[in-house]
Amino acid sequence: MRVFIPPPLRSYTGARRWVEVEGVTLGAVLDALDARYPGLRFRVVDEQDQIRPHIRFVVREEFAHALTHPLEPGDEIQIICALSGGSQDDTRPKGLSIGLPPGQVLECPT
Amino acid sequence: MAGTRGISTGRSSRGKVSGRGPESRKGRSVSKAPAHPWVLVGTKKGAFIFRGDRTRSRWQATGPIFLGNEVNHLVLDPRDGRTILMAARTGHLGPTIFRSTNGGRAWKEARRPPAFPKANDAATGPAVERTVWLTPGHASQPRVWYAGTSPHGLFRSEDGGISWEPVSGFLDYLQVLKRREGFIGATPGGPLTHSILVDLRDPAHLYIGLSTGGFFESLDAGGSWKPLNQGVAAYFLPVKNPEYGHDPHCAALHPANPDRLYQQNHCGIYRLDRPGEVWKRIGRSMPKDVGDIGFPMVLHPRDPDTAWVFPMDGTKVWPRTSPGGRPAAYRTRDGGRTWQRQDRGLPREHAYFTVMRQAFAADSLDPAGLYFGTTSGEIWMSPDEGATWRSVAAHLPYVLAVTTATPA
Repeated sequence: MRVFIPPPLRSYTGARRWVEVEGVTLGAVLDALDARYPGLRFRVVDEQDQIRPHIRFVVREEFAHALTHPLEPGDEIQIICALSGGSQDDTRPKGLSIGLPPGQVLECPT
Repeated sequence: MAGTRGISTGRSSRGKVSGRGPESRKGRSVSKAPAHPWVLVGTKKGAFIFRGDRTRSRWQATGPIFLGNEVNHLVLDPRDGRTILMAARTGHLGPTIFRSTNGGRAWKEARRPPAFPKANDAATGPAVERTVWLTPGHASQPRVWYAGTSPHGLFRSEDGGISWEPVSGFLDYLQVLKRREGFIGATPGGPLTHSILVDLRDPAHLYIGLSTGGFFESLDAGGSWKPLNQGVAAYFLPVKNPEYGHDPHCAALHPANPDRLYQQNHCGIYRLDRPGEVWKRIGRSMPKDVGDIGFPMVLHPRDPDTAWVFPMDGTKVWPRTSPGGRPAAYRTRDGGRTWQRQDRGLPREHAYFTVMRQAFAADSLDPAGLYFGTTSGEIWMSPDEGATWRSVAAHLPYVLAVTTATPA
C-alpha cells in the first residue's frame, strides 16, 4: 500500500513523497517503513508505542489513533505533521482532511 | 540515514561575522593560543559552528546545520578531536542524536537514540521528549558517551553515540526518589537531567544534576547513587534541609582538580571540595543588588580557584534576565571568596540577556577564552578571561547551548 511521507521525514526516504510497503495494521506498516528507512518510526512513534503528539495518521480520510488500526489492501496511509510549524508543501493528496476529531485540542510546542 | 549530508561550510547569511578583536587592535597577538578554537552553538532552530583563527579575533560561521531543529547540545569529542554529537528534535518529530565523524561536514543519525525501556503500561510509561545534555566518557573509554534527557533519564553509549541504552541503576534510583511526592520535579522547560560529570581519575565515578531533584554521585558507573546536596538551599520545598529535591541549574567539575566542584543552583552559587559532602554557599559574597542566581557555571581550564557565573534576576516573578538590564559575567579568582564584575564591551543598559545553563563556556587556551549565547540570538566572546567582551554573532535563533572545542 502507498504511504504519503510528509516533508520533515523525506530525509529518510531520499526525498520520496510516496513509498510502497505492506502491512495489515498501521503498526505493521510502520515496522516495514522502519526496516526500509531505519530511524523513521521513532520520529513518529515513541518507545511506548504512542503516536507522538504532533503526528497524525490518516487512513481512508479518517484519523487512525492506534498502531493496531487495521488496514485493507489498497489503503493509502498519510503521515501528517500536525500544528507544529506547518509546511509550505501544498502537494498533500487531494481530499485529505486536516481537521481534528471533535473535542480534541492540539497543544503547540513552545 | 537521516538528516543532511555534506552541509556546506562558509559564512552563514544569518550570522554576523566579527572583525578584529581587542587583542589585535592593540597590536598584540595571543601567541600562547596553540590552536584554532571552535565554538559550537545549539539553538532552537538549528546549529552553528564558529571556527576561530589562532588569535580568536576572526570567526567563520558554518550553518545553519539542520535548520528548524531544536539543538539542545552540540559537543565535540575531546578524545578524538573530530566526532561531534548533536542532541536534536523538531516540533513534530521525536528526539534523536546526530553524529558527525569529520568535524561537522557530514552527519548521520544514531541507530538507536536514547529511549526508555518499554513499560508495562505503555500509556503512562516515560518517553524521551528531548536529549538535553551530552558528555563524552572517560579518556580510557574512548567510545563511551553519556546523555541526559527530559523527562529525567541517563543513557550511555559504548559505540561513540551510535546506539544508546538506559543506565538502569539510575532509572531504578529515580523510582525510589519519586516516592516522595514533589521532590523530583520539573523546570518550566520540563524535568532536565544535566551536568553529567566524569571524574578524570576514575571512569566509574560520576556526578549528575537533576532540575529538579538535586545533585547525585555514583561510584560504580551509575549502578547505584547517593544524594550530594548538604548545605544547598531549596526554598521551594516544604522541609528545611532535604536530602534531595534541589534545583542545581548547572554543576561543573574542575578539569585540573577533580576534587573541586562548583554549582550554580536555583538558590545560589556553591562550591564543594571532596571528600567533603557539604556545599559552601560562595554566592553570599556577590553584590546584593545582583544576587547569586543564574543558570550557567563555567570553570577556568587550569586554575581551580577561578570560575565564572552569569547572574540573572531571580527576584519577584523571576524574569531570568540580566539584573537591571545590565549584563555582566562575574568572576572569582579565590574559589568564591570574592567576585569581580566583568562587563567591559557588553551593553551598558537595557540589555535583558538570558543565558541558559549550557550556553556559557570557556576554551582551554591561554589566556582562556569565554563564550556565551543569549536567548535573543547573540554570541559574545572574551579573548582575555572576561576582561573584555565583543559580539561574535547576532540575529541567530534562541541560543540553547554553547560549547568549545579544539579540533584535531
